[in-house]
Amino acid sequence: MSVLRQHHTPTALDLRHRRVSIREKLWQVSWSLVLLICAVGGIGILMLYSAANGDMEPWAGRQMTRFAMGIGLMIAVAVIDIRLWMRWAYVIYMVALALLIAVEIKGTIGMGAQRWIDLHYFFIQPSEVMKIGLVLALARFFHGAALEEVTQPSFLIPPVLMVLAPAALVIKQPDLGTALILLMVGTVIFFMAGVKLWKFIVVGVLGIAAIPIGWQFLHDYQKNRVLTFIDPERDPLGAGYHILQSKIAMGSGGVFGRGYMQGSQSHLNFLPEKQTDFIFTMLTEELGMVGGVAVLGLYALIIAYGFFIANRSRNHFGRLVALGVNTTFFLYVFVNAAMVMGLLPVVGIPLPLISYGGTALLTLMMGFGLLMSVHVHRDQQIGRRGSYDD
Amino acid sequence: MQTTATGDRSKIFTRRAAFLGGAKLFLGLTLAARMYYLQVIQADRYRMLADENRISIRLLPPPRGPIFDRYGTPLAVNEQNFRALVVAELSPDMNLTLDALSQIMPVSDHDRSRILREVKRHRKFVPVAVRENLTWDEMAQIQVNAPDLPGVVIDEGLTRYYPYRNHGAHLLGYVSSVSEEDLTGDPLLELPGFRIGKAGIERVYDMDLRGKGGASKLVVDALGRVQEEHEREEGLPGASVTLSIDMRLQKMAAERLGEESGSVVVLDIHTGEVLAMVSSPAYDPNAFNRGLNSAEWNDLATNLRAPLINKPLAGQYAPGSTFKPATALAALESGIVRPDFSVFCPGYYELGNNRFHCWKEEGHGHVDMVRGLQQSCDVYFYEISRRIGIDRIAEMAKRLGIGQEVGIDLPGERPGLMPSKKWKKDVLKQSWQQGETLIAGIGQGYVLSTPLQLAVMTARIANGGFAVTPHLTREVGGAPPKVAKTDFPSLGISRTSLDIIHRGMNAVVNEPGGTALRSQLLYNGMTMAGKTGTAQVRRITKAERDAGLPKTEERPWEERDNALFIAFAPVSAPRYAISVVVEHGGSGSGVAAPVARDIMREVLRLAPPVSSAGAGHVKGRDG
Repeated sequence: MSVLRQHHTPTALDLRHRRVSIREKLWQVSWSLVLLICAVGGIGILMLYSAANGDMEPWAGRQMTRFAMGIGLMIAVAVIDIRLWMRWAYVIYMVALALLIAVEIKGTIGMGAQRWIDLHYFFIQPSEVMKIGLVLALARFFHGAALEEVTQPSFLIPPVLMVLAPAALVIKQPDLGTALILLMVGTVIFFMAGVKLWKFIVVGVLGIAAIPIGWQFLHDYQKNRVLTFIDPERDPLGAGYHILQSKIAMGSGGVFGRGYMQGSQSHLNFLPEKQTDFIFTMLTEELGMVGGVAVLGLYALIIAYGFFIANRSRNHFGRLVALGVNTTFFLYVFVNAAMVMGLLPVVGIPLPLISYGGTALLTLMMGFGLLMSVHVHRDQQIGRRGSYDD
Repeated sequence: MQTTATGDRSKIFTRRAAFLGGAKLFLGLTLAARMYYLQVIQADRYRMLADENRISIRLLPPPRGPIFDRYGTPLAVNEQNFRALVVAELSPDMNLTLDALSQIMPVSDHDRSRILREVKRHRKFVPVAVRENLTWDEMAQIQVNAPDLPGVVIDEGLTRYYPYRNHGAHLLGYVSSVSEEDLTGDPLLELPGFRIGKAGIERVYDMDLRGKGGASKLVVDALGRVQEEHEREEGLPGASVTLSIDMRLQKMAAERLGEESGSVVVLDIHTGEVLAMVSSPAYDPNAFNRGLNSAEWNDLATNLRAPLINKPLAGQYAPGSTFKPATALAALESGIVRPDFSVFCPGYYELGNNRFHCWKEEGHGHVDMVRGLQQSCDVYFYEISRRIGIDRIAEMAKRLGIGQEVGIDLPGERPGLMPSKKWKKDVLKQSWQQGETLIAGIGQGYVLSTPLQLAVMTARIANGGFAVTPHLTREVGGAPPKVAKTDFPSLGISRTSLDIIHRGMNAVVNEPGGTALRSQLLYNGMTMAGKTGTAQVRRITKAERDAGLPKTEERPWEERDNALFIAFAPVSAPRYAISVVVEHGGSGSGVAAPVARDIMREVLRLAPPVSSAGAGHVKGRDG
């Protein structure tokens, strides 16, 4: 606490006590984080340009527009009062849950799974909305909980249900990757909220014991992916083909890569989905380990920034939101990179800020917007139920 | 209270955040380590795998070596062949494209269904052949109408072409598609459209003519679509083969035989080079390369005159009277019969209860050996055959090349047959009858020889008794082939005996009373010596003979006698030997001898022998 207090500036003190103008809030936005995000996004656009063999069509151009829109959305979210987000947290969560149920009842089939909902003007992916909704809802729940309450198992039943309900719906779509990310983000928030360590161990042991039962409920293609991950040579032209080609592409890049737009694996289409899930492979094939580590370094800076913001926030809601968003982002980067390197099964998770794709980018930008909102309102004290002052 | 709780909460949060950050850092480092493993430690291996993915090797068929005659006239060459192909992905509607194409050239329903089938089977960028060997006209039409023919492309390749078509078909053979049993593991053979030699010289020297395939390393994408050529390794074109044939002579001889079914063989008696070897009727080897349809194939296979058989090598005929020089030589060399030994011919010969007829019913009167050869008196040869016996005849005939493969560099040679007592006992399990000696002595009965054997026999008699063997090839890839022997051993036949035979054969053509006097040849002071032969293809029964023999023209073609003639020239210094067989020609003197004379005149005109070259060899024997 004392450490944080020392950082108080007059402006921040002002913020604590009165409503501040949008202009002042904009001044508070962490522009160096915006710059980092833009840098990664720029690399993404360059890679999409390469993926189309040196053409803005069909990906790079569109991605640029979306990215610009995303930055706008991010800034807009950042300047909205953090207490407003807290008050609306459950509503957003409930809407996301309703959408997940709706998509279960009447969804549009896309990529072999029911994940999209047609709203006439645009498609939305409820599971993406849920990523934000879950973080907000859990943060609000634990914000209002005293440490003693958190230690009581019965108190934890509502938040556990809050995690399990959407995860179950998303598994059913079936989208194992997103479901696991929801579960993991939920777990991290529980952990940060102060839930005792032994509870995680008990749940973990029970979870491992439940794997054989859960295996029965997996779809064949999901089982295949896991089996192929365990033994990639099992089916080199079928399910193992993607991961094998991905490793060949990455390995053949070497330290310095084969040169921008020179990757034979990517450009001769040996690499699948090079503009979405496997874009990191293409990046490392063309720019080598140097390029890959540089991009991972930029991600690490963004994640470090997230930790800084979380620790700097004086309200629990902000801290939990910041780390929730931060962890979601980290999990996306890690799962995608580990997947294309053959460290994890193929689960269809894009690389944030770089992979081509609209909804995922907008959710991500909204998440970053929330992170920045936490930063802008870092000294805002929030009451247990979200009142403006204690 | 609440402040304390809030303080504890944030303390726990800070501690746990540090732990979480550490975990994330650890996982991030795992990723970096994995990248190090893949991109540094395993980089070479994956680089190789990427190249294997990327590079696809296509074989480049080498151009097949050309075949020339002895003067460098091309007999088998590679011609540019234009093919029409369709590429499915360039054609919006394959049926419409084929409809448009059928306005220009015939596209049968059969072709159409094959094309549609192949288009379906292959990836959509793989070209499918519509038709080969486009004419210039068709090509121009396709070019002009290109906008209406989306997906139709013209492809250029090499195809074997035999400019002399039928002439020399049996020598050169032909190339044809590779069949299952031809596969040896050479990847060239698995190229679609690759042709290999299936007969004749094309088959014998196939490995030399074929050359070595090159390779084109192509960059392909994941679907196998070619992006660019990465590297090209040129192959070695096939070696050329030069034959000893003089194509002008070959063509003339074939034309002289015309529609007859028969053979002509012309040999250089000193070197064994084959100057001409005609099998008639012939076929067009270009048709085999193109692929025969079943009607064409049936025509060739069922033709009574057997165009597919290479008659000089595979035709086995009773040599008839052309065999008599061999019998005469056997008699002279045996010491039993002297050249002035004389026999009275009343037109028949009696042995026990059997009567053997001379071809001349009224008889020849008194004949010695030279007259016996000149007039082809059967009775004279019955008598000397009886005196020396079959085994001496067989031994001499074999020395001269009859009844065994003489070993030419072409496939399909048949051995013929020279019977002996042992042969009959071994093969027929019967003992030899003396009457059979008489029949064999005039080249009938069991005796069978090929036209090539007859030519070799004539050459060996003409060259002073050297065991010349025939060959067709002068050079393969610029070097003389193994078969081209230059030094032939002597057969150990005395010069005086050979001189008697030469005199007899000279008399056949050049002296009054000779059976081939009408086919006398005089060209630039050079003359020809020969021997006629008229061989029965079926036994004449006594009843038929009593009823009077029908004239040749009255008999069905396949029952007519075979007409044969052997000859060498020039008489003064022999250089060339010829054998002519006209199947069912009727008579050797009437049909075969004029053919031989005309061809021999052409031989002497085209390649006048250098008198010293031929004479020197014979002189050497004299000394």
